[in-house]
Amino acid sequence: MAAITYKNASCIYEGSDKLAVDNLNLDIQDGEFIVLVGPSGSGKSTALRMLAGLEDIDEGAIEIGGKDMTGVPSKDRDIAMVFQNYALYPNKTVAENMGFALKLRGVSADERRKKVEAAAKILDLTEFLDRKPAKLSGGQRQRVAMGRAIVREPQVFCMDEPLSNLDAKLRVQTRTQIAALQRRLGTTTVYVTHDQVEAMTMGDRVAVLRFGKLQQFASPNELYDRPANAFVAGFIGSPAMNLVTLPLSADGVKIGDSTLELERDNLTKLNEAGLTEVTFGIRPEQLELTDSGGVEVVVDLVEDLGSEAFVYTHASSGVDLVARCNPRKAPKLADTVRLHRAPEGVVHLFHPQTGERIN
Amino acid sequence: MTTTAERITATPDAAPARKKKSRKFSPWGVVAWLAGLGFFFPVFWMVLTSFKQESDAATNPPKLFFVPTLDQYSAVFNQGIGPAMLNSVFATGMSTILVLLLGVPAAFALSLRPVRKTSDALFFFMSTKMLPVVAAILPLYVIVSNIGLLDNIWALVVLYTSMNLPIAIWMMRSFFLEVPGELLEAASLDGASLWRSVREVILPLVSPGIAATALICVIFAWNEFFLAVNLTAVNAQTMPVYLVGFIAGEGQYWAVLSAAATMAALPVILCGWFAQNKLVRGLSFGAIK
Repeated sequence: MAAITYKNASCIYEGSDKLAVDNLNLDIQDGEFIVLVGPSGSGKSTALRMLAGLEDIDEGAIEIGGKDMTGVPSKDRDIAMVFQNYALYPNKTVAENMGFALKLRGVSADERRKKVEAAAKILDLTEFLDRKPAKLSGGQRQRVAMGRAIVREPQVFCMDEPLSNLDAKLRVQTRTQIAALQRRLGTTTVYVTHDQVEAMTMGDRVAVLRFGKLQQFASPNELYDRPANAFVAGFIGSPAMNLVTLPLSADGVKIGDSTLELERDNLTKLNEAGLTEVTFGIRPEQLELTDSGGVEVVVDLVEDLGSEAFVYTHASSGVDLVARCNPRKAPKLADTVRLHRAPEGVVHLFHPQTGERIN
Repeated sequence: MTTTAERITATPDAAPARKKKSRKFSPWGVVAWLAGLGFFFPVFWMVLTSFKQESDAATNPPKLFFVPTLDQYSAVFNQGIGPAMLNSVFATGMSTILVLLLGVPAAFALSLRPVRKTSDALFFFMSTKMLPVVAAILPLYVIVSNIGLLDNIWALVVLYTSMNLPIAIWMMRSFFLEVPGELLEAASLDGASLWRSVREVILPLVSPGIAATALICVIFAWNEFFLAVNLTAVNAQTMPVYLVGFIAGEGQYWAVLSAAATMAALPVILCGWFAQNKLVRGLSFGAIK
């Protein structure tokens, strides 16, 4: 177990002039569960592979337990990795797969068997220990890959989208199991995913990446409540936050002829920035249906999820808005309804050019 | 109660079931059988003829029922098949071992550890096969003669190695390409050195490919005629050269020629039969997903 530090770590792929990972700085505490999340091409996997020693650290440094890992080969980093496609050794049995690292370290056969059996018990793999990976289902293979990592008791777990090959139900189930297992073992974990739900539910802290650059590194709640820029605001949350660039009026933002009012201090900040328009963000659950006032919109689609419903609408000025409502009182398709900001509703204001948070 | 999961529960998804073989009649099956028999018949006729007396072998229409004899085989042995057979075994075996020793690491490097000039290197290997051997035989003869290896089996070992190496590299490379690169990464994270991960993880996976490549090399080297006939005389002559001696010297003696040809074909058939078990095994199933 160890703390991990990325210090201005950069990686550039051969033949490319763009940095795959651009000056990444992360301070990861001992025992923390960190999720790297971002769209494809954001450099999240590369950042993880740099930690594991599978990609070069071209600039800057990565430290594990205070030791600089630049130039240290993977095999000497004491890291276990779970790959997206599991990368189990097909010619070895489940027990041999899980015990391979111990065997390489010269652990005796007895000791090895004990550890493998203990891990197999946790992961419910005991009856499969003598099977080859080809004879296992997807979920079982995933657990073997997990087992191979935990048997070693490494300093760090690296997980590269370990759930993306599972079906939806199994994925949700395994998600909670991995998080629980990590809490129990207390091993520092870096987990890569493109799925923001995984990021929100599993991580102690989440690092959002885009084009190789860190956008925000914060707890899931902080990411959700105070996204640092418009990209994070749009990426975290499902359905996504309503984000529209709107002209400013004296007391709020204008959607067509209607005005959504803003607080005084927000207006002051916008004034100070000298803006005439602003990228305005509000989460669907903070928009409500109302009888009077607010913005008049036409319903395009109603998504009824049972416990809640999302109403996809457009205003006459062409602005699309999504709002959450009670599924039992949801409007019908093509209905004209009015939306307003919920009494406690938080708005997010971003600079229309840079995308940085203003309020 | 703790919030920690003490046991990760088993999931209901079952291991993949095996597909049942279809036993339905198909007209394509008949076509396949006819084609198969068509290919097999000449070989069958050769083996059959090798057990005949010369008089039975020369009849027209051909005799299907006759008293089998081993006379032709003993004749072949008496005419000195032994040295030719040994030469062929040595040239084939040695060149195949050398090809594998040189070709497997090369193919590994060119597939799992590609560098900037990988495609150029691959093209270079293939380009060595583009010149017809006939065009190279004269300089080859001069070189072999100058270094004193005429009628020496080592000349053939070297030539067969260089003849088969490009094919082996290309073939092995396609097998290595099917090995997921993550396996090497996983092994290296598990703490294995490159040599260890190649030996324990990669080689067992590509062993069917190695067997297939070795078989191809054996077949090509065993049947090679042109270089052998030009660069060897009596001491280093190989089976194909020896067989031709039969045609030239003995004319229309079908039975003894058939016996010699059967003897010449036998080692390759045996190799193929041994390699078969390896060949049919799937390459890397179960590694990923």
